[in-house]
Amino acid sequence: MTALVDEELLERAPHDTNLPRVTPHSTAEITSHLRTPHTLWCPGCSNGIVTRALIDAVLTLDLDLDRTCLIAGIGCAGRITAYINWSTVHTAHGRALTVATGAKAADPGLNVIVVMGDGDCVAIGGNHLIHAARRNIDVTAIVFNNSIYGMTGGQMSPTTFEGDLSTTSAYGNVEQAFDICELARAAGATYVARGTSYNYLRLSQLIAGGIAHKGFSFIEAMVACPTYYGRQNGFSDPAEMLKVQKARAVPVAEFDRDGPRLRDRYPVGVLHHAERVEYTAAYADVVRRAGERSRG
Amino acid sequence: MPQPRRLVEGNEAVAEGAIAAGARFFAGYPITPSTEIAEVLSRRLPQVGGHFMQMEDEIASIGAVIGASLAGAKALTATSGPGFSLMQESIGYASMAQVPCVIVDVMRGGPSTGLPTEPSQGDVMQARWGTHGEHSIIALVPSSVAECFTLTVEAFNLSEAYRTPVIVLSDATIGHMREAVALPLPEELRVAARGEPDVAPEDYDEVMSTVDNIMPRPALGSRYAVHVTGLVYDRRRGGVPATGTPAVADGLGRYLREKIYHHQDAICRVEELEMEDAEVAILAYGSVARSAKAAMKWARRQGVKVGLVRPITLWPFPTEAVEHMGDQVRTIIVPEMNLRQIAWEVQAAVAGRAKVVDHGRVDGKLIRPEEIAALIRDEFHYHHFEEMA
Repeated sequence: MTALVDEELLERAPHDTNLPRVTPHSTAEITSHLRTPHTLWCPGCSNGIVTRALIDAVLTLDLDLDRTCLIAGIGCAGRITAYINWSTVHTAHGRALTVATGAKAADPGLNVIVVMGDGDCVAIGGNHLIHAARRNIDVTAIVFNNSIYGMTGGQMSPTTFEGDLSTTSAYGNVEQAFDICELARAAGATYVARGTSYNYLRLSQLIAGGIAHKGFSFIEAMVACPTYYGRQNGFSDPAEMLKVQKARAVPVAEFDRDGPRLRDRYPVGVLHHAERVEYTAAYADVVRRAGERSRG
Repeated sequence: MPQPRRLVEGNEAVAEGAIAAGARFFAGYPITPSTEIAEVLSRRLPQVGGHFMQMEDEIASIGAVIGASLAGAKALTATSGPGFSLMQESIGYASMAQVPCVIVDVMRGGPSTGLPTEPSQGDVMQARWGTHGEHSIIALVPSSVAECFTLTVEAFNLSEAYRTPVIVLSDATIGHMREAVALPLPEELRVAARGEPDVAPEDYDEVMSTVDNIMPRPALGSRYAVHVTGLVYDRRRGGVPATGTPAVADGLGRYLREKIYHHQDAICRVEELEMEDAEVAILAYGSVARSAKAAMKWARRQGVKVGLVRPITLWPFPTEAVEHMGDQVRTIIVPEMNLRQIAWEVQAAVAGRAKVVDHGRVDGKLIRPEEIAALIRDEFHYHHFEEMA
């Protein structure tokens, strides 16, 4: 497992965020949390790496798995709900955060983790993302960003960079890509982080940090889709795509925050961390005040 | 000691009915003419330890309702036509994934923004077939303020019993009307509880549910690990997706229909008035049934034999009761605030054994008793009628 960790990058990462220290678990331990050894993810897809990073994070934090649920949308990433054997909900496309919001509001003691794809999260589900962030509801949202619609066969998404090729941008994408982390931060998320599937241990730490944070946590996991993004954009080899992540990921402390998010470099690490009253805690106070008023 | 009678608005009665039914979660988006339901519940739910949320849109509202229901809370949303349309995808999800919840549609004139403040019954087919794909649904139609309360309670009971979304089809007239009613006391109500399945977590399997014994799904966060999906799933294997197995898809599709239609007799309720000797019948539902009742009473005073059949359950359609009408009467008058949506169903059920006279309005105005009276006169052209008072 340690072979996956870029020690150099980890060394350069800021240490002031107090992220939980993730100890990688054995493959046998990890797979005991899976329903099936088979997935429909393509060879070379990074989704399995993020799935493992998530399981490692949850096991590290020693969450009560009976009180933990994983809620996802539709797309390649959403399939995670069929693979992990905790309580899982595979919702409609784009709606994972709405279902998660209802579940958390109805049972604030639940640990609610949401997995979305980039199209799921910022195209069809973009409105729900900004409002979940605004409410600061204690949900951990992880976006598997592969910059393409994989499940439907390689169409451009809101995170496809300008100029990139896809089956619906045959002459090059003319739209600007969303910086999802900036969007989440501006909308009110109180924990925002970006990691790569290249840097496994750091990604798992960033996820663990999000789960441990009280409030709306947002983690963008940069993942490689060799089948649909890679083949159309000059990457033939999944390992090469991971190396590209390494080259482009710049620790946040070194990144010029005022610069635009570019295809050739983006900040990684904890990009934003703030303390603000969490939604269900605030509503518990509403229940208390309403009870007092109705008793007169 | 019954509750004192007081003036209650239809939308308020829906909200109080939901609380009486044990609903502890509401998510919605403001829309005329349903907004009072949200306003009342925003005050009332936290008083009983429940949770009210105003969401960013109706899509989020139904999503949050599904999430809350999965977490074990009885949950509802309320909306009107445009919002009801936005909810359709997730109503299908709730149907497929068997998530109990209640959707109140206070109907207004449409399509589109239409007539936001005027009543309509234009959503009755949307309630049945608005979401895509083969599915079943239960829809109840109140025609009084008292029924806004009792049918909301009933909607929750049915949604729990059959693990299905249930739609309450109110309209702008019923929702905004005030009547003096004594709302039932808690001990006068039958309220279905959300239980846990009667098996240990390791033994729990969806396939244990049959059309005769629909087991509750354990809540998220309980001792049971559940998987919920909108994909076709294999009920025998923890509900994991099984899209590549036609026999599993067929079995699930037929189960989802049969778990409702097998119980059609128990679910379908109609009110029949003066049908014993009727030669002509009116079939009317919701607010229009009130005008129909007035017209029927007038006709009886005029000495002609007119009866009224009022579906309380609109979906599943009370086919048996309407089939029976075909043997009882020569003409069935179907007034509705749409153009033939239910008249077609009536025509299909009576299969030519009785004449079906439809009368529709889509101008946002109520169907008045006089309009129905005129149709009755046409059916008794040998009879001398006094003018309607």
